[in-house]
Amino acid sequence: MVRFENVGLRYGLGPEILRDLTFRIQPNSLQFLTGPSGAGKSSLLRLLFASLKPSRGLINLFGHDIASLSKDALSTLRRRIGIVFQDFRLLDHMTTFENVALPLRVLGRSEESYRAEVAELLHWVGLGHRMHARPPVLSGGEKQRAAIARAVISRPQLLLADEPTGNVDPALAKRLLRLFIELNKSGTSVVIATHDIALMDQFDTRRLVLHEGRLHDYE
Amino acid sequence: MKDGCTIMNDASPFDVDESVPIAAPAPAPPPARRREASIVPVDSIAGRALVSVIAIMTFLASLTVGGVVLIGAAAGEWQSAVAREVTIQIRPTPGRDGDADVATAAKIAGAIPGITDVRPYSKSESAALLEPWLGTGLSLDELPVPRIVVVKLAANPPPDLAPLRRALAERVPGSSLDDHRGWIDRMRAMAHSAVALGLGVLALVLTATVLSVMFATRGAMAANRPIVEVLHFVGARDSFIAGEFQRHFLVLGLKGGMIGGAAALAVFGLAQLIGLWLRGTPGEDQVGALFGTFSIGVDGYAAVLGQVMLIAVVTALTSRLTVRSTLKALE
Repeated sequence: MVRFENVGLRYGLGPEILRDLTFRIQPNSLQFLTGPSGAGKSSLLRLLFASLKPSRGLINLFGHDIASLSKDALSTLRRRIGIVFQDFRLLDHMTTFENVALPLRVLGRSEESYRAEVAELLHWVGLGHRMHARPPVLSGGEKQRAAIARAVISRPQLLLADEPTGNVDPALAKRLLRLFIELNKSGTSVVIATHDIALMDQFDTRRLVLHEGRLHDYE
Repeated sequence: MKDGCTIMNDASPFDVDESVPIAAPAPAPPPARRREASIVPVDSIAGRALVSVIAIMTFLASLTVGGVVLIGAAAGEWQSAVAREVTIQIRPTPGRDGDADVATAAKIAGAIPGITDVRPYSKSESAALLEPWLGTGLSLDELPVPRIVVVKLAANPPPDLAPLRRALAERVPGSSLDDHRGWIDRMRAMAHSAVALGLGVLALVLTATVLSVMFATRGAMAANRPIVEVLHFVGARDSFIAGEFQRHFLVLGLKGGMIGGAAALAVFGLAQLIGLWLRGTPGEDQVGALFGTFSIGVDGYAAVLGQVMLIAVVTALTSRLTVRSTLKALE
């Protein structure tokens, strides 16, 4: 599904912050991406999301070398990836329903065709009663769940989550994690970037550890 | 989830009874049918300022277009009125009978095909023409005042005046034919100048509108950068994002254009009303002689409406091009 070969990344003329990354992400897999702050977790997620191009090496997403793809083709490819940001990135002028429906709208679907689908997902993540609320009045946990719902509404094959439990209390963090595991069980590959060791210890799964720009893979 | 959304089990991980109260007490109904919310925020201070700028621009452009239509129509009327008339002037010649020359000239003119009416001015009528300059009670016998024959021409087809000119030269010495060409040329030049000036002002207004919209779009793009990023993250292509911004600015352009166009039409309507109200006064006569009824007519209204549409389209296209170039720069 995802293949990195000797990937390196530097910003401008600065030092290489990611070096010789070689790994694969298999379909229907769950993995944590961890490492100290500033290790490059977010940059690696951006590479996985094809919103950054590597300075060197090869990134193959869903069988396509991203270096050879046009901007529009990359946009199409991103539709197969859901991403959850630490800061949610919800649009404040739109309701929770409209935010979650955004990926479907971008696909050109009419509201009529996705209304029930979005409503059902919102109920599933416990936001059925907050459907018409705008993000500024949502709590941190509600925003996080709305962001997750937006990431999964178009049924992506790969879900990337950047510190999804960073802004919530431990109980909610555990439940959000269960949500990701549910999604993984239903066939989505999940990459969760976190530095919460206690959280990772609850699950016996693959860990990708970034340290000083290099990746250590612990299956 | 139902068809098309089968990634999850029916049981939500948030349905279980845990200490954090986050799940919904009862499912809310799906939203009713309504207009989809704009992806670009509709109300913003920058948006309102742009509507005001576009309204002012459209107002000025519409006044210009209306003025050009008014002058064009008035000049056209003058031209056609003057072009349908020529004057035979007979200067007094010693030893010749002026009245007989006038009658001869009228007879010659009346025989030319395409001439609809021949009207010799009598001595008293000629005196009346000179009255504003020379006063009343003047005997024209004491002055070498030329005599005039006014000849009306058919509009279509216009007569060939060369035979008339030749016949007059042969049979009425001292006569000349004035077809008002110099006057018409001057009027045509003046009307063309006014129209060119109007088009120049219109071009300036459109350029200013394009520049205003470019700055506003760049401002909107900067202000809405998080929206553009989110759209990219959910897989939107540049054409989709540009389309959303274009729609947003088309609405702003139409709003501003309609406000400005309506204000301009109100000014023309008011001027027409004032003209009707002042009808019969010397001032209105002067204005009426220059501009007719001050009505811009159907052409004028169509031009103003076209103006509104043009400014809205220019606004939308400018925003699209600006968004595309900004998105390209974001790569």
